[in-house]
Amino acid sequence: MCRLAAITSKEYFSPIENILALETMKEGHDGSGLGITLKDLGGEFKDLKGYPILSGICSKEGAKILDDYMDKSGFKLIHVWTPKIRHVKGIISHDHYFARVYDYPSSIKHNHLHEKEDLLVNVRLTLRKMGESNQSIFAFSFYPDVITLKEVGDPLQLAEFFGLDRENLKAKIIFAQGRQNTNYAIYLYACHPFFIQGYCSMTNGENTAFVPIREFLMSRGFPGYIGYNSDSEVFTHILHYTVRQLRLPLTYYKDIITPLKENEIETRTDSDVLRLIKQSLRPLCIDGPNVVIGFTPDGTCFMVHDAKKLRPGVVGGIKGKYALMSEECGLDSAIPKRDKSKDIFPMKYDMVIVGPQAEEVRVWNQLQN
Amino acid sequence: MEPATKLDYNHQLSLKELPYIIRWRDDRCTRCGRCTAVCPVKAIEPSVKLQRTVTSEGHIPTPLAVRRIVHVIEQVTDIDRYCTGCGACTLVCPNDAIEPEYNPQNKFLLYKNKGGEGYKRGGRRNDPSISTLDRLKFTRISMLTDPALDAGRHEFRVRTLLGRILPPEELPLISVNGKLSVDKDKGKFIPPVREIFPIMIGSMSVGALSPPMWEGLAMGVAYLNEVEGLPVVMATGEGGVPPRLLKSRFLKYFILQIASGYFGWDEIIHTIPEMVEDPAAIEIKYGQGAKPGDGGLLMAQKVLKLIASIRGVPQFVDLASPPTHQTKYSIEEAVAKMIQSMSMAWGFRVPVYPKISGTKTARAVLNNLARNPYASALSIDGEDGGTGAAYNVSMDKMGHPIASNIRECYLDLVKQGKQNELPLIAAGGIAKKGNLAANAAALIMLGASIVSVGKYIMQATANCFGDEYNRCNLCNTGKCPRGITTQDPKLYRRLDSDKVAERVVEVFKAANVELKKIFAPMGRSTELPIGMSDGLSVDDKAMAERLEISYAC
Repeated sequence: MCRLAAITSKEYFSPIENILALETMKEGHDGSGLGITLKDLGGEFKDLKGYPILSGICSKEGAKILDDYMDKSGFKLIHVWTPKIRHVKGIISHDHYFARVYDYPSSIKHNHLHEKEDLLVNVRLTLRKMGESNQSIFAFSFYPDVITLKEVGDPLQLAEFFGLDRENLKAKIIFAQGRQNTNYAIYLYACHPFFIQGYCSMTNGENTAFVPIREFLMSRGFPGYIGYNSDSEVFTHILHYTVRQLRLPLTYYKDIITPLKENEIETRTDSDVLRLIKQSLRPLCIDGPNVVIGFTPDGTCFMVHDAKKLRPGVVGGIKGKYALMSEECGLDSAIPKRDKSKDIFPMKYDMVIVGPQAEEVRVWNQLQN
Repeated sequence: MEPATKLDYNHQLSLKELPYIIRWRDDRCTRCGRCTAVCPVKAIEPSVKLQRTVTSEGHIPTPLAVRRIVHVIEQVTDIDRYCTGCGACTLVCPNDAIEPEYNPQNKFLLYKNKGGEGYKRGGRRNDPSISTLDRLKFTRISMLTDPALDAGRHEFRVRTLLGRILPPEELPLISVNGKLSVDKDKGKFIPPVREIFPIMIGSMSVGALSPPMWEGLAMGVAYLNEVEGLPVVMATGEGGVPPRLLKSRFLKYFILQIASGYFGWDEIIHTIPEMVEDPAAIEIKYGQGAKPGDGGLLMAQKVLKLIASIRGVPQFVDLASPPTHQTKYSIEEAVAKMIQSMSMAWGFRVPVYPKISGTKTARAVLNNLARNPYASALSIDGEDGGTGAAYNVSMDKMGHPIASNIRECYLDLVKQGKQNELPLIAAGGIAKKGNLAANAAALIMLGASIVSVGKYIMQATANCFGDEYNRCNLCNTGKCPRGITTQDPKLYRRLDSDKVAERVVEVFKAANVELKKIFAPMGRSTELPIGMSDGLSVDDKAMAERLEISYAC
């Protein structure tokens, strides 16, 4: 079981808010890892919005290999952020944690964002491949205005370790996952949130349909659909595949992972589309238990459940700041001064969508026309 | 002294040479004659014998030889009237006085393969071994990390798709203000797709089956669809369809088969204008798993008036379907043409797919079909299937097990990203040991979209005598003691079509429950776990490696 804390806000805020929310939700043996993704960055990154940021971890040798490779690829380093590590008992520190801001190679500088995105993903994958065998390089994300931090350990201790309470690290959208590792050996790439080309998601639950979904995604011919150290990574890739690759509106993500029954499809005005989608994307249907929280490149955040709603999830907040949490106590921690009666507990047909800049929250229902 | 020629029995068979020996108990038999009346091959007959017994009465032994005339049941040693072990005699005997016993020392084939002509039979393979399907176990059980689903309470959708499915990248969709609609101006062909129950009744033709049997299956299928809400479909086999059914609304539950004999197709084509419903699909048979490479054969003795009229042939002639379609030159050309012309006949509203035997070359066929936008599926029929008439050697020694064949085909599709576009139908040896749902679920997890079962359905619904130990096997001779595969009214009157229909419904309803009982602990309920190979394990390392599943012991 994982704890999920996502906050989206009009103003910049610190990731410590997410960590504290995770702490309130903590239970049992939680705390085998932490992953944080920050989008729409403030602080020292505020003026570097157009430049891609490479987030990751590397050893001393890895740093050399990484620098050489980035140099050869024509990326110019323009800014480096590293957390000021405060050593905490129980956390084994890696050599380097970094977020490096690069300028694009001159050959691609004026190209369309789509082409740049493809280059960024290829660079990230190459770095991942280069450092995977000896764990010298971990590359989590390489994208403008996005930073990802991951490490094994208790979330609160890790916050202290990274100095998140002191750092001038702020953003408008922050996703954090307190990992409870149940199935496999703890591995950094298995930590949520997962990110690809502006699309990010984190999940609580177990994906029973993992193998056919993985096979389907991997056979799509997109180089970024690899990894899958966690069965939840496919949710990010389904999101990316649905919205970026197939160019379907975001709400169809819900229709793909939890398709309606035939008699329910009939009630929708786009029933003929739904029927085709349900057939063609049959392998991507999930049976839960899952709650998925994600964001898209424009800063829209959302929460969806499996059709049986076997994992909890709640969305609430005030205009300008909303939190999407896996438990209500996390919401109380993040936004205590809200009208609790307006908290949304999405049900099986719902998709809760919080617009960019946390302007509005709406519940889209699969049965609505 | 009798002459030597009289004592020379070398040219006669002894009972020890026959595959079954009748055990008859004199002390229990009341001589009612039911067994001899019912024996389909006349292997037993009443006989009169002179019996000499020595008796003694009184206190002091005084042996007295008495000669009596007694009435007995005797097994004949005529090789053409050999006991097939069907057990019809046992079934009718009121006193358990008679039963056939398998004789493993038999020299049956020695006598039956005489004259250079191989022995032909129908029914079962002589393979009692446990198939791969029965060795597969479902080992990924939901419990705590992911809560188990409740097979009784949760909503389940045990359905699959038959028909070519467009890849998501090719769907003709346009988005306006966050809402999608189908772009009809693009003129993109959207192939027909049927949603069906994942287990279908495999091809058994009118002609191969008796009228009450075929009718019973058809009634059962219609009931399942219309009353039980289980969309089970049934393939007709090559042999045409009763004309009334062609014009009825029930046609939509049937897959019409066209094979190299084209039997009944004159009638089918001519009835198209009068059809009120489209058939579920068209199956073009190129091969069958029980006798791969061989054509079909309906032996002359089964071609009675009704069959002759449905198939449009004279009575009492052997109806052989050649092993190849006479119009077929290559898969690239003629098969594509055949698929296209069949699609065209029904205005491209009906899925058309070929059925082939399980073989090492199945992937070549598959890859060809994957490139053909009109091919709706591929049915692969592995060994272990039943058949009307086949050479013994074909049945026992030819064919490819379905498990690895379907797996490699599925993985091939996965490599191409077409695993959801071209459904695979798996057949051959499913429920050989009675485990219908478990075998079907295993094949689905190996990559099949649909499972086709013929022989087991026949056995389970009509209580066929056959089993994996070579009992009966009279299907091809028209002497089926149960009345399942015969055209002789005296025999098929024994079979009640209502009872068959009832059993069809029971078998599918039970399979539906059992499938849920497998899928629920696997954590699947709304879509079939096609290719969910992490759910399967096998207790053999080599098998695990070959099927790319886990090894558990």
